[in-house]
Amino acid sequence: MSADPQTIDPQRLIAEPLRWRWGEVVFWLTLLLPYWLAPTYLSLASQIAIAALFALSLDLILGYAGIISLGHAAFFGVGAYTAAVLVLRAHWLEPFSGLVISGLAAAVLGWLTSFLIVRVSKLALLMVTLGVGVLLAEAANRLSWLTGGNDGLHEIDVWPLLGRFTFDLYGRTAFFYALAVLFLMFLGARRLIQSPFGLSLRGLRENMRRMPALGAPIRHRQRVIYTIAAFYAGVAGALLTQTTQSVALEAVSFQRSAEILIMLVLGGTGRLYGGIVGAILFLVARDQLADMNPQYWFFWLGGLLVLVVLFLPGGIVGSVDRFWRWIARRR
Amino acid sequence: MLAHVLGVTFDGFAYGMLLFVLSVGLSVTMGLMGFVNLAHTAFAMLGGYLCVTFMERLGVPFLATLPLIFLATGALSLVFERVLYRRLYRAGELDQVLLTIGLVLMSVAACSYFWGTEQQPVTLPKYLSGYFSPGGVDLGVYRLFLSAVGIALALVLVFGLERTRFGAQVRAAVDNQRMARGLGIDVNRVFAATFAVGSGLAGLGGALAVNMIGLDPNFATKYLVFVLLVVSVGGLGSVGGTFAAAVVLGISDVAGKYYVPEAGAFIIYAVMVTLLLWRPAGLFGRRS
Repeated sequence: MSADPQTIDPQRLIAEPLRWRWGEVVFWLTLLLPYWLAPTYLSLASQIAIAALFALSLDLILGYAGIISLGHAAFFGVGAYTAAVLVLRAHWLEPFSGLVISGLAAAVLGWLTSFLIVRVSKLALLMVTLGVGVLLAEAANRLSWLTGGNDGLHEIDVWPLLGRFTFDLYGRTAFFYALAVLFLMFLGARRLIQSPFGLSLRGLRENMRRMPALGAPIRHRQRVIYTIAAFYAGVAGALLTQTTQSVALEAVSFQRSAEILIMLVLGGTGRLYGGIVGAILFLVARDQLADMNPQYWFFWLGGLLVLVVLFLPGGIVGSVDRFWRWIARRR
Repeated sequence: MLAHVLGVTFDGFAYGMLLFVLSVGLSVTMGLMGFVNLAHTAFAMLGGYLCVTFMERLGVPFLATLPLIFLATGALSLVFERVLYRRLYRAGELDQVLLTIGLVLMSVAACSYFWGTEQQPVTLPKYLSGYFSPGGVDLGVYRLFLSAVGIALALVLVFGLERTRFGAQVRAAVDNQRMARGLGIDVNRVFAATFAVGSGLAGLGGALAVNMIGLDPNFATKYLVFVLLVVSVGGLGSVGGTFAAAVVLGISDVAGKYYVPEAGAFIIYAVMVTLLLWRPAGLFGRRS
């Protein structure tokens, strides 16, 4: 902080980030533009919104609690398959409650695995999260009577939203649905981050040894945020199932976990908007470049990753932030 | 029946030896510098492609390619170490993971560009193919060769670490880097040399692997998880630990595929997760 310590007002410190900046309002309004500017790309736009929510869930544990997970798609997959099973087996066709139930299913898994996660760190943490992700992918593969195995599950049709909006071929309903869910969950995350709990998480991330001295229990806090992040990921997975009317094994694959990590890092961790920006960038680029030649895509993605790690710490949002601060200092 | 079990065990042991050659470099460098190098198997993949090129295009005999590949991959890794890795020694795991994943992606793309996406065929010399069948147990000659290489390598490494001055410096740096620097050991040079040897061994493992597990551009990502498994279970910085973990994993994988195919990868990952929760530093890891 560059401010003089004596002039920091604790109340302002807590209240200020809660206020909406005009830049944020503009950002969310521009997210509505694809409906008019790119009507043929609305299904891609829905996928971006879903990925953004998923990336946001990863940011909660990675950016704010410092837990690196290589298996986060486990929760996404659980949410996706729960939403499918709800419709196909339990005949529960109401979409919004379907999202919540799927999210809760993922949250239960998150809570259970959180006991394992908080006991390890560094390489062991990477391996345990990877292992949990792979185990779940294997389970999804084996339980093909439930998950459809390699073929996946199809024709998952929920009731029209609010009784009126059906999922149309152009993806208009899907787009607004995904965007609305993303926005609502984002509001929740924003409030959570700025709350005292969120502040304590940042304290944990910055200096884990100091926090217990202040009376903050480390493992309990980590478990809570891990469960919440699992809920978010589960909702994102359920959203995917409901908007695409299908679910497949790739929802729980290691590729998904790796992709979302890359998206988040490109956008910038620890800043709530990083996941959204990263998802937009990654998926638009992949849509444009991977069709031409999948090898080019891998190469440039890898190169971009290397450059971001070396020269753009904090990803795109972090760099933009630094740029603004540099300009502000110049004035 | 017994012959079959022995045969499967031997196959698993040979596979374990291959995993050992592929993993030992990563274990030592991670134990030494704590640097998470996920591009390790990309070096192995490169070694495999170099082997194919040397043998098929340049007509170099198989055994002669092995030392060449060791040196070439080692030298190349030094370039990467100086240009890229050195900047991230003090960075967190996430940055290291992402940088090296980026390198893996680039290597996969580069290999499919230069060599195509199909499996690479390699013709083994006659004296390394076929079977040797003492007492009714079929032992593949190539697998015997692999086992011999693995055991010899393990002995050389242990001897090198325990009996040479350089080995003592490596062990000192693994145990307590700060203290080692304080004693005047040039840890950066030790690390560069160890990294070169480790990556060279990865390249060697890749060349050896072509015949046993095939080679295509997905090799780097497919076997990365196995190598990480071996390293995390065996313990960072421990040659003996890596050896033990590689043997256990190799045998479990092959035996599992033969006897319990429905379980798939379940057993191995479940065992790994349990082991890591019990001993986060691995079975023989030094850090607590």
